[in-house]
Amino acid sequence: MGLTYQSVGIPATREMFNVKVTDNRSVIALAGNPNTGKSTLFNALTGLRQHTGNWPGKTVLQSKGSFIYKGREYTVVDLPGTYSLLANSVEEQVARDFICFAKPDTTVVVVDATCLERNLNLVLQVMEITEKVIVCVNLIDEARRKKLNVDIQKLSELLGIPAVATAACTGEGLPQLLDLISQVVCGDLKPKPKLVHYSSELENAISKLEPKIKEVLGAELNSRWVALRLLEGDKTLIESLEKFYSQEMIKATREVLA
Amino acid sequence: MSCRASLGVLMKEAREIIGICQDEVRHSIVNSIYQSAESIAAGTVSSKAGKNMDWDRRIDRVLTSPVWGFPIMFGMLTVILWMTITGANIPSAILAQGLFWIEERLTELFIAVGAPAWLHGFLVLGVYRGAAWVVSVMLPPMAIFFPLFTLLEDLGYLPRVAFNLDRFFKGAGAHGKQALTMSMGFGCNAAGVIACRIIDSPRERLIATLTNSFVPCNGRFPTLIALATVFVGSSAASMSSAAAALSVAGLVVFGIAITLLISWLLTKTLLKGIPSSFTLELPPYRKPQIVQVIVRSVLDRIIFVLTRAVIIAAPAGGIVWILANTMIGDTSILAALAGWLDPFARHLGLDGFILLAFILGLPANEIVFPILIMSYVSGGVMMELDSLEALRRLLVDQHGWTWLTALCTMLFVLCHWPCGTTLFTIQREQRSWYWMAVAAVIPTVVGIVVCITVNYLVRALGLI
Repeated sequence: MGLTYQSVGIPATREMFNVKVTDNRSVIALAGNPNTGKSTLFNALTGLRQHTGNWPGKTVLQSKGSFIYKGREYTVVDLPGTYSLLANSVEEQVARDFICFAKPDTTVVVVDATCLERNLNLVLQVMEITEKVIVCVNLIDEARRKKLNVDIQKLSELLGIPAVATAACTGEGLPQLLDLISQVVCGDLKPKPKLVHYSSELENAISKLEPKIKEVLGAELNSRWVALRLLEGDKTLIESLEKFYSQEMIKATREVLA
Repeated sequence: MSCRASLGVLMKEAREIIGICQDEVRHSIVNSIYQSAESIAAGTVSSKAGKNMDWDRRIDRVLTSPVWGFPIMFGMLTVILWMTITGANIPSAILAQGLFWIEERLTELFIAVGAPAWLHGFLVLGVYRGAAWVVSVMLPPMAIFFPLFTLLEDLGYLPRVAFNLDRFFKGAGAHGKQALTMSMGFGCNAAGVIACRIIDSPRERLIATLTNSFVPCNGRFPTLIALATVFVGSSAASMSSAAAALSVAGLVVFGIAITLLISWLLTKTLLKGIPSSFTLELPPYRKPQIVQVIVRSVLDRIIFVLTRAVIIAAPAGGIVWILANTMIGDTSILAALAGWLDPFARHLGLDGFILLAFILGLPANEIVFPILIMSYVSGGVMMELDSLEALRRLLVDQHGWTWLTALCTMLFVLCHWPCGTTLFTIQREQRSWYWMAVAAVIPTVVGIVVCITVNYLVRALGLI
């Protein structure tokens, strides 16, 4: 067997997203609800000047940029804004597929400090797919103006992942965010997401399915998350799996089930 | 067995395990996630604001009210245009004086080194002057209008516009988000066409794409503004700039009406279908980074205009000079072409030079008006064109413009083929030469019909 990307630990599927695959380049995904300032944050991180504006759905192109921090090169991908990852729309499917199959080294979920509750739904869903998540509580200046206080420390504890407050347009909190990103990418900081508990009926079903999913998919995808998708009958996931996994993978599957 | 099949087996198994219908599973999953989010948010967010009144909602109630929504929209547009008109006059005059002072020095230089007349003509009177016109006439209005518009966008006003216009677009069988793509078109039609990607349904996206050029882009606003200032502004002395602003705003409303009409016609003919519904979130109002936005977008505009001046206007200026100075018999090519177009143009209430300027201006709308001025000037007496009064004399006294000519020209500015960049973008977005051609034909036909109607109607009524 030759040297494949798999063997050096970089997902081959990343290339399908036009993200350059190199050894020392880390990939950061920016996810978040529409209009939470992902593009502003993207511009602040990369120094690019992507169009920003106060209306949901403005980012029609998935944009990529890069920056260097502490001698390491990062590629940042600005995902389209979504409220969930349940693949109800094209945007949701694009965002989900990127996190699932391009396997970013860190996913930064940008949330709006002024309506945290609604934004947290997405954070919880991203946490089910990948452990490498940072929650970035953006628009903190806006929240202050509305006299809202967000306890970042406690949020981090309750979610089990690193959290940071930012105001991307003024640059507040960006140094901390960069630091967290580099720590998570290097493995110095290992987020331990506290996942959502479902009804006992569902949890039972999940535990029955998980081992079988592991047999088919190995460690490629989070088996708990796949179990949930199978239970709700999400066919788009199976389509995406076909699209993103190589013939080799399918062959291996065949052997397992033979 | 493929991956799909093996997971399909697992999915079947999942269904057996769970036993209940899948909708309930999804419902239960979503519920659990919502509950978790709720409890986490409750544990981390505290509000110090006692009885915090919801200003956003209060403002929205006014801005999107059935009664006040439209007057406010129209008012805002008029105010922005008024600020553009009054603000652009002085920098325009300064730029014109400066650039034409340089032109004189360049001429002296060419004479001093004994350069041949054709070289001086081509480079100074053609290339340099073409670029100078674009910079002095087009740049100031663009550099004022665009930042103001960007401020409104950052503030969060655009989704409210979309909200107000939604029912009209739905009535026309189009998508409510078309109002947003239309708003983007104010900045640049090519950007507006790209913004059409936010519309999911291909049918409705196509409608939005085909009608985007009915909103005047930043490259056309200055022309409208200049003509309105010269023809409307001068008639009502004290309120001149306000009247000019009102007339341009009225023209924009007319463009929106045309957009709705054409969208409706398209849904009845080429693109039949029912409008898809969507939820539009009204984002919270945010204080824009005022200084940053202004500085950035003014700089962006200046760079944009200067680049276009060099890449498109300068060569176009050269070409116009050549056309105006190459003689066939005793007329120049330019005059011959204009003469050939003239009979048709007269039906539209225009003249041959105006129509020719539109045709030569295909690469970019900014250069239409400068080309027109250049072809007028190069045909006749040389004159200093450093004020609107001089422009008025050129158009009215020397070339017989009436207010009807100005009106028809303004209508044709609003409705004619999109610029080259926009057409190219449409071709790329739709991956179809056919739809690109349709996008060029529709506004052109509309423009011709509207101009002929207005022209003959005004004449028949004896208003002129």
